[in-house]
Order: sequence, then C-alpha cells, then structure tokens
Amino acid sequence: MAQPPDDCLARNEWICGEYLTTRRGILLDAVVQHLQLTGVSVLIALALAVPLALAARRWRWAAGPVLGLTTVLYAIPSLAMFSLLLPVYGLSAALVIAGLVLYSLTLLVRNILAGLRSVPEETRQAARGMGYGPLRLLLAVELPLALPAAMAGLRIATVSAVSLVTIGAIVGHGGLGNLIYSGMNTYFKAQVLTASALCVLIAVIADLLLLGAQRLATPWARAGAT
Amino acid sequence: MNTLAEAWRWLTDPAHWSGDGGIAQRLVEHLWLTSVCLGLSCLIALPVALVLGHVGRGGALAVNLSHIGRAVPTFAVLVLLLLSPIGAYGSWPTVIALVLFAVPPLLVNAYTGMRGVDRDVVRAARGMGMTGRQMLLGVELPLALPLILTGVRIAAVQLVATATLAALAGGGGLGRIITAGFNLASTPQVVAGAALVAAFALAVEGLFVLGQRLAPAWARESG
Repeated sequence: MAQPPDDCLARNEWICGEYLTTRRGILLDAVVQHLQLTGVSVLIALALAVPLALAARRWRWAAGPVLGLTTVLYAIPSLAMFSLLLPVYGLSAALVIAGLVLYSLTLLVRNILAGLRSVPEETRQAARGMGYGPLRLLLAVELPLALPAAMAGLRIATVSAVSLVTIGAIVGHGGLGNLIYSGMNTYFKAQVLTASALCVLIAVIADLLLLGAQRLATPWARAGAT
Repeated sequence: MNTLAEAWRWLTDPAHWSGDGGIAQRLVEHLWLTSVCLGLSCLIALPVALVLGHVGRGGALAVNLSHIGRAVPTFAVLVLLLLSPIGAYGSWPTVIALVLFAVPPLLVNAYTGMRGVDRDVVRAARGMGMTGRQMLLGVELPLALPLILTGVRIAAVQLVATATLAALAGGGGLGRIITAGFNLASTPQVVAGAALVAAFALAVEGLFVLGQRLAPAWARESG
C-alpha cells in the first residue's frame, strides 16, 4: 500500500501551496464564474437604475414609490431573496443574478438620484440659456456632474455584489462561494481560506479599477481637489 | 401564484409551528441571536465612535473599516471561524461573524453624527466651562442621537437578514427553515421561510421608526 503523501494537503493546513498548484483549474473556474455573476448583475442593475433614477427625478410622484420599493427589496435577506425568486427562476445562475440585481438597484438608484439632485439649479439654467435642449442638458451637463455620486454607489454595489455572490452557493451557483461551502462540509481548511481570500482580492481590485475609471472620467474633480 | 398559496398553507399549518425545529423555536432563536449580536456590536462600536467623534480623529479609519467590511463576505468569515478552534464553541463563530458585520455601520453613523454636531454649539458649551466629559454626554451625544439611532436601526435590520446565514453553517434561526426547504426540495417551505425572515426584518424596521416617532422631538429627525 502506498504511503499517503505527507504534504500540507494531507495535514489539512490553512495555507497550502500544494492546493494552489493541484486545484488551479477548479479555482480558475470559480473565479471566472464569480466575475461573470458579479459583472452581469451589476451591469443589468445599472441599466435599470439609470432610467429609474431619471424617472424619479423628472416626475415628483415617482420618487416615493421608486425609493420605497428599492429600500424594501434591500431589507430582504440575501438567502431569503434567492429563495423567494426560486419559483420564478429555479435552481439556476439566473436566480443568483436576479437576486444580485435587486440588491444593487437600491444602492445605484439612491446614489444616481442624489447625484442628479446635487447639480446646482444655476448650472442648469446657464446651460438652458446657452440653448441646450433637455437631452443635451442631461447628457452633457447633468449626467457628468452626477458622476461622482453615481460612481460611489457603483463601487459600493460592486463590492457588495462580489461578497453576496458567495451566498449563491446554496443553489450551486456561487462562484468562489461554492468552494467555501464544499470546503466547510469536508473540513478543507486550505480551500476555505484560499477562496475567501480570493473573494476579498476580487472586491478590492474591482473597487480600485472603478476608482481609476472615475478619476479618468472626471478630470475636473482632480483639478479642484482639496 | 400556486406556490404562494402552498407557502401560505405551509405557514398556517399549526404542525409546523410547534415542536423541535418548529417555527416558534426558530423565531426565538433568531430573536435571541440578533439581540445578542446587536447588543455586543453596540457595546463595541458606540463607545469607540463617541470618543473618536468627540476628539475629531479617526474618521478615515471608521469609513475605511466600513468599506473593507463590505468586501469581506460574512459567509466566508463564518466558515473560517467555524473551521478554526473557535468552531468548537457552539454558536460563537456565528456571533463573532455577525458582530464583525454589524460594527462598521454603527461606527460610521455614530461618528458622522458626532462630527455633524454644530461646532458653534460645542464652542458655546466649552465657553460655558463644560468639561470634555460633560460636553460629550450632555451636548454632543443628545444632538448626535438621531443619526446614532439610524445606525442602530440599519445594523439591526441587516443583522436580522444576515442571521439567516447561520443556518448555512448548521446554526439555528429562521434560516434553518429555508435551508431545510432547499434540502427537501420543498419550494413552498423555502418561500414561507423567506417570507418569515423578511417580515421579521420589516417588523424590526417598523419598531424603530415607531420608537423614533414616539421619542422626544430632538431625537426624531433621522439623517
């Protein structure tokens, strides 16, 4: 009988280089799934949030229902959210994405709306006086000025989504959360720690990338930075 | 709609409420877990935030902490603690993970509230010869109270929601009804469990709103 190898995998240590080399494929797949789930859901949420925020700003009566509904959605726990959507989507990746979209929506709508509302009335009047139509006013003046607040919301939504994807493990579509979940059941320490660390790493990198994008998109903010 | 009707039937079946692992027991577990964690988090976060806010330092620390807190999945922390030596001590891993999760929003809101107190008022208090302690407790704290309470409310609601994760790691609480439903492939039970947690979270939110309504006028305005 062959002697089991005496490496850190056999000893079940927290930090294990062997784990990284032998399970590289599994880890890579999980990271890719994690990125896909996060990216798709945040993009869908963004595509929904901009018109909602614009509507809430344009029509006073729409603001209450839009903000109220998104807040109630945010109060539903992630585990419960995934289960409430279960009858609609079944055990699928779409279920996880739908849940994440609903979460990101609150943060995005609130922040975009706050950004739009922070555009000074004089600025709007000046643009109108220069002959800007409503569409040009929105695209060339209001949206750029709302960008810092909107980006703050986008950063929070993305970071939260990265961490929430892990809960998707309960339906088998949790990216790195799958590894954490199965690692918990098999008491596999290296897998749990590696997957958790990768989650945090993804969140931090995504946050820094968005911060960089924001700096590039709002050069005027740097000029007047304090 | 059929699923909703079945979930309602599941929910109103008296057999599901009583006994070991029944809804009543899970509700009590959930309430207990949430209150203990909220109490501990307040004990840790509020004194620190009040002192930092009074001195006017550490704002960046509080904000960064809350940002980092968002990036770390509570589920991962829970499992890491579970597999560590702490895992041998019953529900401590859950309690620690939830407290770590609840501290940042409490810290940020309390700090922001303390810093938001009108500087003129603080200067006037100092001019009247108040000591730092008197200013902290007699002037700044009451004025910052609305924002502090908002932080407690946010933390409480999120704790109720997040405490369901305990069930993923074999803990108690309402999450168990959901995970059990998943294991039985019983969608009505899953939906019923989710509805219970959501109702619980909204009830906590409502309780806080009601509390702030009934409070004296100066504690009312929520930031």
